[in-house]
Amino acid sequence: MNAFTAYRDYIAGCLIAAIGGFAVLEGQTYGIGSLQKMGSGFFPVVLGAGMILMGVLMALFAQKPMPESTAYHAITAPDWRAAAGIALGVALFMALANRAGLAPAIFACVFAAALGNRRTTLKQATLLALGVMVFGVLLFAYGLKVPFPIVTGVLN
Amino acid sequence: MEGSFASLAHGFAVALEWHNLIWCFVGVIVGNIVGVLPGMGVLSTISILLPLTFSMQPVAALLMLSGIYYGAQYGGAICSILLNLPCHPPHAVTCLDGYPMTKQGRGGVALGITMLAAIIGAAFGIGQMMVMAPFIAAIAFKFGPQEICALMLLGLLAGSTLAKGSPIKGIAMTLFGILLSLAGTDINTGNERFTFGFIELSDGFELVAISLGLFGIAEFLKSVNTVAPTGAKPVKLGFRDLRPSRAELRQGLPPILRGTLVGSLCSMIPGTGPTIASFIAYALEKKISRTPKRFGHGAIEGVAAPEASTHSAVQGDFIPTMSLGIPGDAVMALLLGALMIHGIQPGPRLITEQPDIFWGLIASFWIGNLILVFLNVPMIGIWVKLLMVPYRYLYPTALFFVCIGVFAARNEMFDVAATLVFGGFGYLLLQLGFEPAPILLGFVLGPRLEENFRRALLLSRGSLETFIDRPISATFIAISALLVVAQILAALRRAKPPVQLPEGAFD
Repeated sequence: MNAFTAYRDYIAGCLIAAIGGFAVLEGQTYGIGSLQKMGSGFFPVVLGAGMILMGVLMALFAQKPMPESTAYHAITAPDWRAAAGIALGVALFMALANRAGLAPAIFACVFAAALGNRRTTLKQATLLALGVMVFGVLLFAYGLKVPFPIVTGVLN
Repeated sequence: MEGSFASLAHGFAVALEWHNLIWCFVGVIVGNIVGVLPGMGVLSTISILLPLTFSMQPVAALLMLSGIYYGAQYGGAICSILLNLPCHPPHAVTCLDGYPMTKQGRGGVALGITMLAAIIGAAFGIGQMMVMAPFIAAIAFKFGPQEICALMLLGLLAGSTLAKGSPIKGIAMTLFGILLSLAGTDINTGNERFTFGFIELSDGFELVAISLGLFGIAEFLKSVNTVAPTGAKPVKLGFRDLRPSRAELRQGLPPILRGTLVGSLCSMIPGTGPTIASFIAYALEKKISRTPKRFGHGAIEGVAAPEASTHSAVQGDFIPTMSLGIPGDAVMALLLGALMIHGIQPGPRLITEQPDIFWGLIASFWIGNLILVFLNVPMIGIWVKLLMVPYRYLYPTALFFVCIGVFAARNEMFDVAATLVFGGFGYLLLQLGFEPAPILLGFVLGPRLEENFRRALLLSRGSLETFIDRPISATFIAISALLVVAQILAALRRAKPPVQLPEGAFD
């Protein structure tokens, strides 16, 4: 068990209380009103207060996670390679779909995501991306008519 | 009673219209595939396909999306029994005895019993829904805003504390979900809330973006390098292998019936969906068995009971959703969201005002379950081959479907970026021991909760006593209070879980 896992419930409590605190502060600016005539801020402030309370309770009742308990999730080191692959895949899709077209967007998205796995080779990723690209273009561009060009300037 | 038979006949007429039938078929097939594929979830599949249903008629959309849910239960059992992979939470417990049966060469029989359990459990669950849902809706018809608020409070509380994980964290997640639902333009005052200056947010967050972030991308981030290649040899299975012997049938039938009852009881309580039902059914069988030592070593009861209870709970899950408009879990929240996107107001009026939807859905359950049995029993060999598709090819494909699905929801690239952010946040939540499912419950119910709360207090001139002055509303508040007290007592006793889970059952 690493130190981070041991303090997990405290971190969780802080996170929830912080979100709640933000909701209270931001909600106040919307106008709270009265119980009879509630303003837009009433609900956010009440919810935020509830979240602060939950955050405090979480820290108060923080338990040492027991590996044998069912609720146990060990905190694992973040998988940077997987995260990079997935984030890049989504980002490439967003960047390319409108500008370069659906086909390159699909290829780039699947290719980048596939390389997030350590065992996938470049060749496998290429083949997979090509396959999904053909299938995706047929399904979405021809079948469901998504508003993207297929390849900008060539197949609009 | 006669009235409901006429309604059911009407439902069959709706469900058998060819376009509805086709979509029901598509739904159960997709569900079955998703259930079989290790690492793919029902929630993300329904979310991906949700935007594609916008152009469909609401009946067809609902039939298809529901079909994914119960279809996946059929596939999930295959995955558990043959590969020992609890890829589908309600079937995690089936691994305990299903996989030993496979190792003994009786995997086919385990699947055969599962199919029998499925059809009996589902039939009971659907029957229960036909009787209970109109009854509950008739009572709820007279509910005013006070009762609706109190009921939602109860539903949200039960949904967030009875499901797996810490109750405090569950409540925190529900509150966060409600908070998310407030983003956008406030319908009562026209003020913009929590838009952070993004015009894209003035209509609020997109349901699909939240659910695909939390249940799609967050899962990928966790599983990309951790879902091990199965490595198991494909088991050759044919139609004949599924047939249980007479003795096995005699052994399996009573647990199936008991499991069915457990499932139907669990489905009545919001928050205790199929997963919990299957665990309770397994624990019950082990407890009343004369030879509890056989459990874990291929006892047929250990497959029959949880499978029957899963299927009956899955169908029963629809009862509070369709009769009250209060979803018991995240899948139901999504289906409710789908109805609302189609402009249908969920609640007690749904059954009488939209008989096509309610009775068509029920009829499609009968049809869909029959299709599933015919899909699974003779074609078991095909599903076994599908089990061998490695996860590292699946998730990149799924990621593309996530991107395009979220985009298609309202043709907005902003939502795709939001999905990625929710994915990262969801991963953080998982690491901190949160279960993100209640976020979806809160998100779907949030706007209605705020609206009814406002209305109730406007009517009572700002007096909170209105919630305890009315008997029905007071009852719901009292049950909610009891629930909280019971949770506190349970936390103090800190009971040990009755069943030891297979490793990674809840991952």
